[in-house]
Amino acid sequence: MSVAGITETTQYLTFKLDEEVFALDITKVREVLDFTTVTKVPQTPEFMRGVINLRGSVVPVVDMRLKFGMSRTEKTVHTCIIIAEITIDSETAVLGALADSVQEVMDLEPDSIEPAPKIGARLNTEFIRGMGKRDSNFIMILDIDRIFSADELSIVQDAGKETAAN
Amino acid sequence: MSGNTDKHKEAFREEANELLTELETALLELEETPGNEELIGRVFRAMHTIKGSGAMFGFDDIAAFTHEVETVFDLVRNGKMVVTKKLIDLTLSARDQIRAMLNPDSGEPVDVVLSGEIIAAFRNFIPGRSGEKGPGDSPAVDSKAQAVDGAAAKAPEVTYRIRFRPVQDIFATGTNPLGILTEIKGLGNSRIVAQTRDIPLLGEINPEECYTYWDIILTTNQGINAVKDTCIFIEDSCELKIDVIDDGGSLDQEDSYKKLGEILIERGDLSADDLRKVLDAQKRIGEMLVSSGIVGPGQVEAALVEQKHVKGIRKERQASEAISSIRVPSDKLDRLVDLVGELVTVQARLSQFSATQKEAALVTIAEEVERLTAELRDNTMNIRMLPIGTTFSKFKRLVRDLSNELGKEIEMTTDGAETELDKTVIEKLNDPLVHLIRNSIDHGIEMPEAREAAGKPRLGTVHLSAVHSGAYVLIRIKDDGAGLDTEAIRARAIDRGLIAADAELAEKDLFALILAPGFSTARTVTNVSGRGVGMDVVKQAIDSLRGQIEISSRKGEGSTITLKLPLTLAIIEGLLVKIAEDFFVFPLSAVEECVELTREDAAKAHGRNLANVRNRIIPYIRLRERFAIGGELPAIEQIVIVGTEGSRVGFVVDNVIGEHQTVIKSLGKFYRKVEGVSGATILGDGTVALILDIPKLLKMAETDEQISFS
Amino acid sequence: MGKKIITVDDSTSVRQMVSFTLKDAGYEVMEAVDGRDALSKLNGGQVHMVITDLNMPNLDGIGLIRELRANPNYKFTPIVMLTTESQDSKKQEGKAAGATGWIVKPFKPDQLLAVVKKVLG
Repeated sequence: MSVAGITETTQYLTFKLDEEVFALDITKVREVLDFTTVTKVPQTPEFMRGVINLRGSVVPVVDMRLKFGMSRTEKTVHTCIIIAEITIDSETAVLGALADSVQEVMDLEPDSIEPAPKIGARLNTEFIRGMGKRDSNFIMILDIDRIFSADELSIVQDAGKETAAN
Repeated sequence: MSGNTDKHKEAFREEANELLTELETALLELEETPGNEELIGRVFRAMHTIKGSGAMFGFDDIAAFTHEVETVFDLVRNGKMVVTKKLIDLTLSARDQIRAMLNPDSGEPVDVVLSGEIIAAFRNFIPGRSGEKGPGDSPAVDSKAQAVDGAAAKAPEVTYRIRFRPVQDIFATGTNPLGILTEIKGLGNSRIVAQTRDIPLLGEINPEECYTYWDIILTTNQGINAVKDTCIFIEDSCELKIDVIDDGGSLDQEDSYKKLGEILIERGDLSADDLRKVLDAQKRIGEMLVSSGIVGPGQVEAALVEQKHVKGIRKERQASEAISSIRVPSDKLDRLVDLVGELVTVQARLSQFSATQKEAALVTIAEEVERLTAELRDNTMNIRMLPIGTTFSKFKRLVRDLSNELGKEIEMTTDGAETELDKTVIEKLNDPLVHLIRNSIDHGIEMPEAREAAGKPRLGTVHLSAVHSGAYVLIRIKDDGAGLDTEAIRARAIDRGLIAADAELAEKDLFALILAPGFSTARTVTNVSGRGVGMDVVKQAIDSLRGQIEISSRKGEGSTITLKLPLTLAIIEGLLVKIAEDFFVFPLSAVEECVELTREDAAKAHGRNLANVRNRIIPYIRLRERFAIGGELPAIEQIVIVGTEGSRVGFVVDNVIGEHQTVIKSLGKFYRKVEGVSGATILGDGTVALILDIPKLLKMAETDEQISFS
Repeated sequence: MGKKIITVDDSTSVRQMVSFTLKDAGYEVMEAVDGRDALSKLNGGQVHMVITDLNMPNLDGIGLIRELRANPNYKFTPIVMLTTESQDSKKQEGKAAGATGWIVKPFKPDQLLAVVKKVLG
């Protein structure tokens, strides 16, 4: 059984958060950077780690582990920032996602991808486009646009306000 | 609209099906009584409606096809042809064909060959005209009617001299000449003089006739056809004379415009001979012509207006040509500014690096680069600077039109038109200024009678000024009108839930309430300022320019609104500070001084955030707390004192690093709503520092009641 | 309240389209199926503009324009007629009867609004 919207063999970038393997559609990924100094913007939720300098542009960085309810990303030699292009309200925005390590670029056939299970996954299944299978391991394919959709964005804004009011 | 289009299409289909049924009945009855005019009329109208509506709703094939049938029945209707059995048969098959074209899904595919045959057969009915046109004719559209909204796009600004003289009984066609004048006005920059010379004495006036004609000078880029089209409905019941008097071309010599006499001769109001005669008597030409009775005062006025208008636009054009002798697309300029911004960043890194290397040669080069970069930056910023004056002159026009509309007498004066501001700032300033000036005219300045009653001159004044003040430009809109009504504002604010009923507010804070969202007093009052834009929108616009608004007013004497705007949006001088591991930038223009804050000093204030600076008490805000930054406090902290809106407030930081050339970067979509930070900049070592939004931080502190302003 | 316009046309779809377009632009719209219906619906009451088809049963557009112009209440009311390209003579006849302007069918909503704006000022 395949997943609606995934009909062709697509390349994915896989990365690890904790011990779990995730994947992003490679067309969404612009580059991968080593971990660098992140400047925290005050009064924003913890998963918004701050901003970095990407060759002269200021780019926000998100802690994917916090976003998915894991503990905060700690810096190791493998920690890196995946620079992704996402679409919010039909506008393109560039964003950095913190990952514990980047694995590889791999092909996944549509029929090796299954819909996300409704239960049993630790994170909100809304964010998952499907589950890829590789050998005996599952790979969670993320819908990065949805993760940072307008709804999610307003949570960022509200959290900012709450902190300000305290 | 596409949903509606579908809905309309469906409605047409339904209607056409009904018409076809009726057509069938009528045709069959007609076969019985071939001379029945009523039946012929029904057949014609059915065809006519199917054709007209069909084309309107996108059934062009049906329209083209039906056209031929309609033409034949028009002849029948006018008695030029008789109904025969053959015609009835053919029409019935045409009817079936239309039904097939109308409902393509329900039946057989449309037989195009058959369509062609039927059309050819109908054409053969028409005497002296058999099949000379191809079946592809679609109904032509009156190109003039279409041109009403489809005028030429980017064309040069041409100035026309127009005389518009409707026939005397123009009103009988339901035409209002003022509507046409309004339409002409809408085409561009115009001056209109009404010629009233032909209006008879009151006793002889027939109020149902039009005696006035108009001389219009219009500068527009819409082309002459757009001008002609304004009169399309009355082209044979009006005189419309259009001459080009300025083609918008470059002015190479000191072009002054024609003399009054020449204009009148060109217009045909005066002959060259008469002019020569009059010129012999040496008075002012206009007066002479009028007193000699050859031309009326109105015509002279029109000619003078023309002279002034063309001189005006030529002067403006020359001025603008002088400013930008090379035209550069503004995005190239934006790119240049970006590059300079990056260069400034790299230069900062070089300076930082050279300082650690203690290599004399390197330090020299770094200093050289620093000097050049600063010069390059200033020059680049300068290119983007434009005098604000061009905007000012637009407002004069606005004041004139609005005061006429409202029956008020208002003069607009300006000051500092030469003051330069960043191009982007000027562009973004237009709408807020329009709104503020509208407000002054609409709500500020009173009616002339009311002003006289209050002992003021009938003529109200709106004064618009611009002046440099440090890194800012102050723009003031000052009127001598009624001033703001503090009680009305208070009542409104309480009504809107903006303040508590018993709130005590300083006058300044009370005035600031009119900037709050949902306050707008304008929305319902008149159509002048009530165009759905409240003062909160003005505030947003000014905020987005990093500017501030200050309102002062005295009842009965007038109001002044001051906009404080930064000179540029791209690079500012900043003061770099540090709290724990984080860097922040204060806009240097706001900073007055920095003082130390020891633990003993802080303890002396008994927990209140007040510092004693040279015997003056200064309230302060701990940025570390405000931003919830952890870590140890250093033994000696620094207070950065900023002066804003008349008061001084301190911000406590760990360390003051020094001045910093700050290239402003946006924080982007994700951080749009973050308060207290207005942007980011990149430091010499490549890390990001945040730029503080001082007015916002103060406002936040005020609402938290952490400090009180004295 | 917006200005009041009456659209007179025996074609439901045209009437509907005119009416919808005008209402959408903030005008108040009355509908009549032919000249006679228009006269009885108007009944001497105020209207800011009349948009009428020419070919209609009972009382056609030209007849309607003549009747309206003969009534002092509508002597100066703008009247716009809907014509087709084959009706140039009709257009002249309509103008002679006192029509203010015309719109050539087929037309698009924008064109209709442009003409209405032009005539209403």
